[in-house]
Amino acid sequence: MSYTFGLDTFGDRNSDAGGTPLSHAQTIRNVVDEGVFAEQAGVDFFGIGEHHTDYFPMPAGDVALAAIAARTQRIRLGSAVTVLSSDDPVRVFQRYSTLNAISGGRAEVILGRGSSIESFPLFGYDLADYEELFEEKATLFAELLKGGPVTWDGKTRAPLLNQDVVPHTESGPFPAWIGVGGSPQSVVRAARLGFSLMLAIIGGPPARFAPYSELFQRALDKFGRPPLPVGVHSPGHIAATDEQAKAEFWPRWRDIIALVAEERGFAIPTEESFDAETGQHGALYVGAPETVAQKIATNLRALGATRFDLKYGMPGLTHEQLLTNIELYGHQVIPRVRELLG
Amino acid sequence: MAELSRLAVLGAGHAGPVIARLAIKAGYPVAIATSGDPEDIALITELVIPGARPRWAADAVADAGIVVLAIPLHRFLDLDPALLNGKIVVDAMNYWPASDGVLKPFEEGGSSEIVARRLAGSAVVKALNHIGYHELEDRARPAGAPDRRAAGVAGDDPAAATAIADLVDRVGYDPVRLAHLRAGRVLQPGGPVFGTVLSLPEFERAVRDDARSLT
Repeated sequence: MSYTFGLDTFGDRNSDAGGTPLSHAQTIRNVVDEGVFAEQAGVDFFGIGEHHTDYFPMPAGDVALAAIAARTQRIRLGSAVTVLSSDDPVRVFQRYSTLNAISGGRAEVILGRGSSIESFPLFGYDLADYEELFEEKATLFAELLKGGPVTWDGKTRAPLLNQDVVPHTESGPFPAWIGVGGSPQSVVRAARLGFSLMLAIIGGPPARFAPYSELFQRALDKFGRPPLPVGVHSPGHIAATDEQAKAEFWPRWRDIIALVAEERGFAIPTEESFDAETGQHGALYVGAPETVAQKIATNLRALGATRFDLKYGMPGLTHEQLLTNIELYGHQVIPRVRELLG
Repeated sequence: MAELSRLAVLGAGHAGPVIARLAIKAGYPVAIATSGDPEDIALITELVIPGARPRWAADAVADAGIVVLAIPLHRFLDLDPALLNGKIVVDAMNYWPASDGVLKPFEEGGSSEIVARRLAGSAVVKALNHIGYHELEDRARPAGAPDRRAAGVAGDDPAAATAIADLVDRVGYDPVRLAHLRAGRVLQPGGPVFGTVLSLPEFERAVRDDARSLT
């Protein structure tokens, strides 16, 4: 079995060692350095999630990915996620096809709603239309990925008639995933449209997603498609010891969840709930390299997944803490997980 | 044990399958339906909601004593109220503009009161809406468990509210009866118990002041 290990960021705004937030611009430059450093540490994939907030100032991740592409040779680069519903699928295809050209075929895209919704009012979309927007645009994106002229008609953008969309890719479609948070109907949609499945697991026992993996493969079969990979995206933080990782991560996790709790319906974390989530059966990968590696291996096995993307960082952590996280993930966690999975 | 009511769960998104699984575990016969062909959710039902029966919505509802609405609220506006005549209807939906967008018909008052006005021929009970779908299953416990949590039940029809309090109890939560549907506003987004999972004393404390102000 071949496994892939990635890192995802939302452009979490860095602070300096004294706790003062860095500028948006400096945070973005740091993300570019982190992507380059991830390749040096042996990480397979580096993803940037679209966000539009003061604490995640990362609305144009593809531009940052292009900068990383220019300074790397091997690491795969992609969105994590692209909020397709409030974007134009043609433009998304063009941007990532351009990234694919710059990087010599290393682009990927993960489509979804992501963990935030601020792009809807920003670009003039109604959240009540979310389902229809995503369904139509994901269908069009699947057509665009095939290459060749596209004919499409729908309610959410202008029709296309035998339209050649450039730039063409050199060697067929680049990898494309749909990120799913817990709706089985979304799992079936990913299979129907031929996207790989990225399970976004940010709370509760990851093993409860196991039926979704089987649902995905069975649905692919039903739609006459070959098997496609299942991945897991989860938040975490790695430091030298469990205690240090938790001490660095906890106050930032508490603050960010408290901030988004109202719009996402999250409970405000307590130290008790944090201990549960960072424990053996929780969704957070916070700890020393061995702790995190054991947890990743266990959950990849339980979920029949071959890809793990650690969403690293949190607003308020320092660039140096993030570099340490990346170094430990690349040099210790990934080799150890490969060893555990044999 | 007396035979339990048949349940029709409408919605196979986030919340519907979770509620259906809990009800199946509690011994209820459960049918699940969407707005479309049951064939479309056959695989989902087999793998994610084993024991449930996928059906056309009209058939599932016709045979059910209790109907659970677990669809996005804006889709509720497309539902024919006549379909639910004479049924006990659990409103597990939420009006949550920060997450799902603004819906004009729900801007004034409690969302379940507006649902009940549209479903004039049904006995509407607000329940199973305030604990997140990702937690509802993990936190369920049998009666008497020391770490059992509470869940609210609000309805104007006492017999219907009793039936749903029994359902809530059987799926794994201490039911907290609120005086009427209007008092169920405390269970809504922005209310004192929404998105949190509380013990019975914590829950009663949290809703007491709010509920009193609504009587």
